[in-house]
Amino acid sequence: MSVVVDVHNLNFSFGSGALTQPVLKDVTISIHKGEIVLITGPSGSGKTTFLTIIGGLRQAFHGSVRVLNQQLINSDELVKVKIRQQIGYIFQQHNLLKSLTALQNVSMTLEMHDKLSEQKRLNQAAEMLIAVGLGDRLNYKPDQLSAGQRQRVSIARALVGQPKIVLADEPTASLDKQSGYEAVSILKRLAKESQTTILLVTHDYRILDIADRVVELEDGVIKNA
Amino acid sequence: MNVIAWFYFPARLAWRQLTFDRTKLVAATCGVLFACVLVFMQLGFKDSLYDSATSAPVKLNGDLFLMHKQSEAMWRPVQFKRSELMRTLGNPAVVEVYPLYLALAPFKNINTQVKRTLMVYGFDPDSLIFNVEDIKSKRIELRLKDAVLFDEYSRPEFGPVRQLLEAGQNITEVNDYKVNILGLFQLGVSFAADGNVVTSDLNFMRIFPKRNLNDIDLGIIRLHPDASIKQVQTDLRDRLNAFVDIFTYEELLQYEKDYWANMAPIGFIFGFGTVMGLVVGLVIVYQILFTEITNHRNEFATLKAMGYEHGYFIRMVFAFAFFLAILGFIPGYIFSIGLYHLAESQTFMPMPMTFGKVMTVFLFILSMCAMAGLLAIRKLKASNPADMF
Repeated sequence: MSVVVDVHNLNFSFGSGALTQPVLKDVTISIHKGEIVLITGPSGSGKTTFLTIIGGLRQAFHGSVRVLNQQLINSDELVKVKIRQQIGYIFQQHNLLKSLTALQNVSMTLEMHDKLSEQKRLNQAAEMLIAVGLGDRLNYKPDQLSAGQRQRVSIARALVGQPKIVLADEPTASLDKQSGYEAVSILKRLAKESQTTILLVTHDYRILDIADRVVELEDGVIKNA
Repeated sequence: MNVIAWFYFPARLAWRQLTFDRTKLVAATCGVLFACVLVFMQLGFKDSLYDSATSAPVKLNGDLFLMHKQSEAMWRPVQFKRSELMRTLGNPAVVEVYPLYLALAPFKNINTQVKRTLMVYGFDPDSLIFNVEDIKSKRIELRLKDAVLFDEYSRPEFGPVRQLLEAGQNITEVNDYKVNILGLFQLGVSFAADGNVVTSDLNFMRIFPKRNLNDIDLGIIRLHPDASIKQVQTDLRDRLNAFVDIFTYEELLQYEKDYWANMAPIGFIFGFGTVMGLVVGLVIVYQILFTEITNHRNEFATLKAMGYEHGYFIRMVFAFAFFLAILGFIPGYIFSIGLYHLAESQTFMPMPMTFGKVMTVFLFILSMCAMAGLLAIRKLKASNPADMF
């Protein structure tokens, strides 16, 4: 199995000078293709910071972070944009565009690569929404959907571009137990079908059983890699 | 990415965002509409002012014109000696010269007896100084003592002169001197004069007893048809005294316009009004764009995290501004047409909605929105995906 995320001795800190606050200390981890990895740990342990560095959203300067064979340490904006385009994101808040329907929101992922015709884009988006169980909600705006449905739309949005990696930051935090579990189960099923790697940050111990591996982060140090 | 998609996708997103919230759409459109109407009216009044300033000189029939250097404009002339005009006859290209006498004088409304100031033009009726058919055709009758012609386009405060003439009431006073209105002609009012009266040079001296034929206000020179106007102008300028200006027809029109544009503060006032309209529009559009970006900060950051480049959002903001410009301009244009008609009926000055003016205002509005977009995109920097986790 090939390694899609390879992190060695990653150090990261906020602030500068006397106020320097180390967040990640000597983090080393490898994640393989198709693996589902959950990162847990108390608030302030650096989970989210770690995720944003992997996702090319935050610039790190020390150590080595290879994602899909691209070095992200001291990388330029173009490299990061390219990496972001190959990664699907799911956020704690759904962050869907309120003015767009579910279908249009999902199509936004496909509009970046304009190899497809408008019709094909909409078809693919519709298929993905059907796969997350929202086939009858294609033309609903976010305001007309429940919290669980909205999160499923954002899962569809993350997966429709057939990303190699999906990064999820507390995707169940704003959902009740049942819709949260449903959402991650759908995520797991679709990821396994397409051999997508998932890196999921969560506090939510109810969903630990979907993981292939659970990593615990405490004070910026990995306790059981 | 091909070029069409490069513009089309952000523009489509902007359009969807814009049309999603109808209240905001209406408010934004009204803001641009307001600026649009304001600019249209200011430019309309300004052009109307300039056009009306030349309503009389534009009808003058001559090749070169002599004016005292101290005359700021035709309506406030400084007299100079007729002999100065006669000297130009020494040039072989000059065929004939005619003096024009000008004065502002009160005209008594036949019905109400109220006096109001208008412009009186005095000249030799045979000179055919004015290219106005109704004046030319009356050149014999104008020689009669105390005969005048009245400008039908004068403001209504002078009375319903046409009806009065038809009813046989043709006696009134100009400068407290009794005159006989022979008939009407069409010229048009200006900011300086609410109406016009033409008469013969001899009658002019009767109306204004303190004036004399040797002190003239404007000299009109007609040249041989083959003569080069520019060449003769240069030759005459060398020969004439320094206190007179010699203008070609176009220069005279420009001189009259420049008076209102520069000497009178009115050109500045309208220019200032235009700028204020655009500033208000700019602030409104900026506010709309700014709120739009602030309210959708998280959504835009998400799109950035998905791999959308910063440039996509810049194009989106400009597309947004562009749509606002179009949406505000169209009703603003239609509204302004109506207001132009209203203003024409109130001021009796022509306010044409010319294609050039429409384009000018559109470009102003477009630049205003582009400027607002330029100010608003700085706010986009705040949509940093790393900060939203």
